[in-house]
This record gives sequence, structure tokens and C-alpha cells, in this order.
Amino acid sequence: MALSTERLGLYNPEKPMQNRLTDLGPRHFWQYFPPIIQNNYGKWKSHEILEPGILVHVSETGDKVFTVRCGGCRFMSVEHIREMCEIADKYCDGYLRFTTRNNIEFMTDSQDKMEALKKDLQNRKHVTGSYKFPIGGTGAGITNIVHTQGFLHCHTPATDASSMVKAVLDDLFDYFQGMTLPAQVRISMACCLNMCGAVHCSDIALLGYHRKPPVIDHEVIDSLCEIPLVIAACPTGAISPAKTEEGKKTVKIKDERCMFCGNCYTMCMAVPLADKEGDGVTILAGGKISNRISPPEFSKVVVPWLPNEFPRYPDVCAHVKRIVEAYAADAKKYERIGDWAKRIGWERFFEKCDLPFTEHLIDDYRLQYDTYRTSTQFKYTEAAWEVSRAAGGIE
Amino acid sequence: MAFEPAQEQKILKYEELRIYSDEELNNYTEEELKNFKIKHEIPDVDELEKGPWPSFVADTKREALHRRKLAKDRMMIEADVAEDLLGQLQVSFDDGETHWKHGGIVGVFGYGGGVIGRYSDLQEQFPSIAHFHTMRVNQTMSKFYDTDYLRCLCDLWEYRGSGLMNMHGSTGDIIFLGTFTEQLEPVFYELGHVLQQDLGGSGSNLRSPSCCLGKARCEYACIDTQDMCYELTNYYQDELHRPAFPYKFKFKFDGCPNGCVASIARSDMSYIGTWRDNIRIDQEAVQAYIGGEIPPNGGAHAGKDWGKFDIENEVINRCPTQCMWMEDGKLMIDDKECTRCMHCIDTMPAALRPGTDTGCSILFGAKAPILEGAQMSVLTIPFVKCEHPYDNIKEIVEKVWDWWMEEGKNRERLGELIQRYGIPKFLEVLEIPAMPQMVTEPRSNPYIFWKSEDVPGGFERDINVYRAKHKR
Repeated sequence: MALSTERLGLYNPEKPMQNRLTDLGPRHFWQYFPPIIQNNYGKWKSHEILEPGILVHVSETGDKVFTVRCGGCRFMSVEHIREMCEIADKYCDGYLRFTTRNNIEFMTDSQDKMEALKKDLQNRKHVTGSYKFPIGGTGAGITNIVHTQGFLHCHTPATDASSMVKAVLDDLFDYFQGMTLPAQVRISMACCLNMCGAVHCSDIALLGYHRKPPVIDHEVIDSLCEIPLVIAACPTGAISPAKTEEGKKTVKIKDERCMFCGNCYTMCMAVPLADKEGDGVTILAGGKISNRISPPEFSKVVVPWLPNEFPRYPDVCAHVKRIVEAYAADAKKYERIGDWAKRIGWERFFEKCDLPFTEHLIDDYRLQYDTYRTSTQFKYTEAAWEVSRAAGGIE
Repeated sequence: MAFEPAQEQKILKYEELRIYSDEELNNYTEEELKNFKIKHEIPDVDELEKGPWPSFVADTKREALHRRKLAKDRMMIEADVAEDLLGQLQVSFDDGETHWKHGGIVGVFGYGGGVIGRYSDLQEQFPSIAHFHTMRVNQTMSKFYDTDYLRCLCDLWEYRGSGLMNMHGSTGDIIFLGTFTEQLEPVFYELGHVLQQDLGGSGSNLRSPSCCLGKARCEYACIDTQDMCYELTNYYQDELHRPAFPYKFKFKFDGCPNGCVASIARSDMSYIGTWRDNIRIDQEAVQAYIGGEIPPNGGAHAGKDWGKFDIENEVINRCPTQCMWMEDGKLMIDDKECTRCMHCIDTMPAALRPGTDTGCSILFGAKAPILEGAQMSVLTIPFVKCEHPYDNIKEIVEKVWDWWMEEGKNRERLGELIQRYGIPKFLEVLEIPAMPQMVTEPRSNPYIFWKSEDVPGGFERDINVYRAKHKR
């Protein structure tokens, strides 16, 4: 049975339940493993990165599989996928896979085929010059930036995603194609606090952020939203019931309590908070999810806000690059950004990355106490002398 | 070793299923693409074609040209959908705000999950993306595909949708981006009947579970991540498609503590492969690392000269438990002190391997910040055996869901419920005892919630008995 070309296909809207198939689940994985993977399932012994983006895995059976990893946009057209299929048919017996970080992996069982594949991939470029399948993203480098939808498909973003990721990765391209860092650096991007991509444990996280409390659409809020739900949605209790001059039910917002999380907007379309001047980007750093050496860590806010400079975000790119370069110059082998910051102390991190420290970086939410320093073990930096001067302690 | 699918799998052959002919698929030249301009002026969006990283704009334009040259009756939604999408993106850059409307309840009959409604708020200007609904297609485990399958998806989505997708969404699904309401049921019908493929989860459901690469191509995998993920996905189809939960719920399966699918940061129930016997050591390979014949860390640091590999400095001294040492030229490990952080194994993969008595640790409650702040999952069950069909694990799942469905508030993730009630309550639900491994340190406040049954005589007392001894 071929795919249908009828307007409604095989579906009959008069009888929606006729021949209905549900709950089939995903297709089974085994048939999508290339033979080399099937034959060596669970028998892998070791691996090596032959050059950036190229891996070889060795099995107990003596088999080897070569993998070529390519960066890719998460957002892609069927034309792009068809081109991947053409490549996979030509070199990989018709199989390919995607990684958790949205890279594309082509696998083959011979070194010769791998070399030919590599050449082919390097030569494929879009007509305007960008690579279609840049090879890299392995080892002590930067791999693909996982991200969310932004202006391409989302209704709550505080910034765009695909454009920011494109801009940042253009800037960090050498780190994608190289392995010159002390350890891997995982950069992630989410367009608002909802963090559909869960970026809160990344070495560097880029986060779209609103800075103005919601505007209230008094005219429709009562008819479109459950007002008690809107009130309950606020984690800080900033929203309370109110009435308009005409006596319609609505809500009011205590501005100084709003932390701009947008949870009320998720519950109710009549309280939007997006705003061209208010919205921007927050940068977090020092998180990770691996248990290697040190336990997983949350990322910490290191730049409270940068403007949304569409389409290429020069300020965001410069800040990310500055953090990566300071880390590359100073950290020890195997040390992740967060481990490095801990070792040298966060006060030194701000100095080495040349980032200003402002009151916005000191936690003032419920759990703030966990972040206080209750020790005299600190380092002197210019920021410390400034406080001593301001307090009249030194000239 | 092979695996049995939950149901017999149709063999999909693109040649038999395809919609478009080769002529239709190759209907434009490189030259035409160079000269192609979409119907809207998009100066800022065009800027995103520069630079080495793959340009999603260049790719979208390719799709736009391809659609423009297909015959009108060979697509069920408008041909210029990709052009309108880029046009609206330019307006969003100009305005600094998104132009997608809030909400929109659409779906396929009988499912509460898998489809997300999306409408443009600039419908007059961009009519072809007036509706731009998402469909989530449940990915295959670890995102391995063959080209027959992918080409079928491409034809289906070009014909009935925008031809634009995400490979993949953050949770794991293949994402079909953008179609009109009328085509939702037909896409679902074709997926199920022709491609034997279901939608994934969205809304207050179990979300499509996802797993790392596992035994397919990784020497560290301690569990069959693919098999576990597939089995639990299929077993819990009802929970995946029909909302019955307070909010979303995510299962993710990591084969080892390196955590390549980040289950510890983003799943309500994280399964992380581990072992309980000893790290396997190949002493000859240890010597090969020391001698410099094998590059450390699988060659991950080859881009910079870090000097000669130094096992003392790079492995032994960095071990967080200091449970390794050299003795008579041999690497020794005191395995009972090891916390399986993976560093030594990652650094010398050819010399060291996880043990062979394997299973997984189960952790609960990770989530992104909304509402109560970001949480990582808490280590709760140190080790469980993982054997198909995972009945021991299903039992745990159901205890957790029963409690969360009973006590969870609207939009309260499991991690927040655990915080609201405290871990001791959660242990009662799971019917397991407490252990020091659940905390990084014991409590420093002494405000212990003793219960009546903890104290001899209970809480019931008579004030008269007290007053007989103590004057008012």
C-alpha cells in the first residue's frame, strides 16, 4: 500500500473510528541498525577519535565501525534529509543516525569508504557558502548547540533560537572542527525560562529572558482564561483579582514581585509579556550532566542580560567567545568550565573572563542562602578593592 | 543477539510507497537556486546565510524553490509555506517579538498528545502559515534510521505538510513542523496504516521516552537502553497519548554515568546504567597508555600538545575517591570505594571497562526551572537489575504515578511534589528504607517531623495529668 495522494488520504471524516489504528508506538529499532551494529551489539570494546569528527569503535569480534559526525541544524527541510539519504545510500548501505545534540552520524565498516565519505561531505556546500555537513563535534571541543524553537515556531520566546545558534556556531566553528580545549564544552540555548531544551546543566547556556511584567488584556481575560488558574500560576504571588472600571473581572500585578517567568502567560493568552526592549539574553555557565570526576552541576548566571541584536547577536557571540577563550587558556586538562571556575573561585572567573559582576548576579530568590559565602576564604580582585574603597576602608 | 519487536514489523520499501517521482524530486538546478529569491524582502534573515555553519535559511530556501516548482496539485497545503515562514521570521526580527498565537486546541481523534496547535497572528500577510501545527512522531530508539523510512517521511510531509521538520525535538521525537488542521488526521492515518508508525507524546502525558546510543555502539553501556526504552514506550502507550497526569512526565535512559542523554537533568524518572562488581583491567593496555602507544581519552585531546600522558596526574590523583594506585607496575583499584564516576574508564577506554554485573540506578524528579526552580534528579534506588520485560521497574513506575496523580497539583512536576512532601514521604510511597546515599549530607536543621507512632505513648495526652504535676 503506497502513501495516498487523495486529499484526505485513507481517512474518512464521516467515520473517524473506521479501521482506526492507535498506540502502535515507534517502529522497532533493530531493523535500523546497520549489519555491523547488529553483529556487534553489546560487544564493543574500545574506541578512538581518529581526527575531529571521526570515530572508530572496535569490537571484541575484531570488527571496526567508522563514524563520521557532522553538525546540522535541528530545523531542516525534507530536501536536506533527502540529501542525507543520498549520502547514506552511497556510503553507508542506507543507514544513518542522529545524536542527542542534533549531529548527523554516518557509519561505515571500512576505512576506505570512510575516507571517500569524508571527502564527499567536505565538498557539499549551500549555494551561499555554508557547509551542509561540517565534520566535527567530538572530544575536547564544542559540539552542536542544542536549542529550542524561537520565532520559527514558538508562542512564548523572548528571543530567537536558530539564528542565535547559527551566529554563535559561525564564531566558534574552529572549536567545532578542533579538539583544542581542556575538555568538552556543551553549549545549549533556550528561548525562554520554560527551557524546552533543559539547558540548565550546560557548560554555557544561552537563555531568552523577558524583563517586563505582563500587559493585561482586560477586555478578554475573563472570557478567555480561568482567572483563579492565572493567579495560582504565579510562583511569587504577584497576581491578584481585580475589576475594571466597567466592572469586568480581571487581574492586577504587583510589578516588584514579578520575576518575568511567563508562567501566567502559559496559562492565559491575555497576559503577554514579550517586548522588544524588555526581552534579551541571559548567559549561564559552569553546568554539566556527566558524573565524571565531579557530580553534575547546574549552570550559574554569569551575564544577567544582553540585548537581542537580530539577526547575528554580536554581543552574545563576543561574550560566549570570551568565556571559551579564558577557559581554554587557563583550565587544566579534563577540567570542565564549572570545575575550573570552582578551582580558581568564581571571583577569579569573572576577572579572567572580563565580565562585570553586578547585584543581578547575587541570588535573591527563595533559595538564595545556599549561595552565600560564609567564610573568610576569598580572593582579592579589583571588585573587592572597590568595595573596600566604597566602604571607606582604604583610600 | 536480536530483538523481538512488540508487533510484527512491516518492511518499508520507498520504491513501493513513494509519492514523488525522481523528476519531481530533482526539479531544480544549482543555477536556479543561486538566482532564486523568495517572494518577501528578508534582509536580516538573508544575513544568516553567511558563515561556515550550516544555514537553515539556505536550506529553507531550497525547500521553497523545490515546492514552487512542484505542480500545484502535488501538495495538500500551499506551496509557498516555507517562503511565508521566512517572511514572518523577518517581521519577528523587525518587531523583536514572536508572531505565533498563544495556544490552539487541535489533535487527532482519541489522542490528547502528539499534536500541538499553532496559528500565525499575521494571517493576512502570511496566509500559507495561518495554521502551522506541529506533529510529534515517536523516534526510533537512539535515532537510527534507514533511508527507505526517512524518504517515506519526507514524501508524506512534503505532500501533506510544510516539508519542514526538526531532527529532532528536545524530548526526542521527530517533529513535523507546520500543517493545516484538515491534514492532521490524514497524516496520522498514513503514518499508522502505511508506515506503522505512531505519534509521540505532548501535553500532560508521558513524553516519548528517549535513550542514549547504548550497546549499539558504545563500550560503556551497562544496560540495554534501546530495549528498555522501546519496551516501556510500548507498554505505556495509553499514558503517552491520553492526558491523565498533573503535568508532563519523562523517562530517559543513560547507559552509564557519563549521561549522554542528560537523564539526570531532564527526566522525572532517570535510569542510569551502572555496575556493582569490579572495573575490568587490562594491565597490558595500562602499560600501553603509560608508554604512549595509545592516546588517552580516546584521542579527545589530540588538538593540543598536553605533554606526555601521566597516569599519576591524569588518572590516579584525579580519582574523586582516591581508590587507585600503582603497585609493581600494575594499576590497582579498591573497587568497594569506587563511586563509578567513569573518569578512569573514559581516560583509558582500552584498559578499563565497567564490570559485568550490571543494572541501573533510578533517580527521580529532574526538570527545568518552571515553576519551582531547576532540579536534578535525586538518587533513590541504587541498583536494580534490568531484564526484559522489566516487570520490577514497571512496579516502581506505577507506585510513583499513583501517588503523583493522587497528590500532584495542576502543573506540578514529580520533583516539585517530592520537595513539597519531602523525600521520607516519597520513600513510604516506594516502600523502601532510607539510606545515606540519598543525600550529600544529613540535615543541619533539627526540625524533624516525628510522627505519633515514632514516640512511646503517641501524641494523645491528657492536660489534667499534666496539670496534676504543674500548676497553671
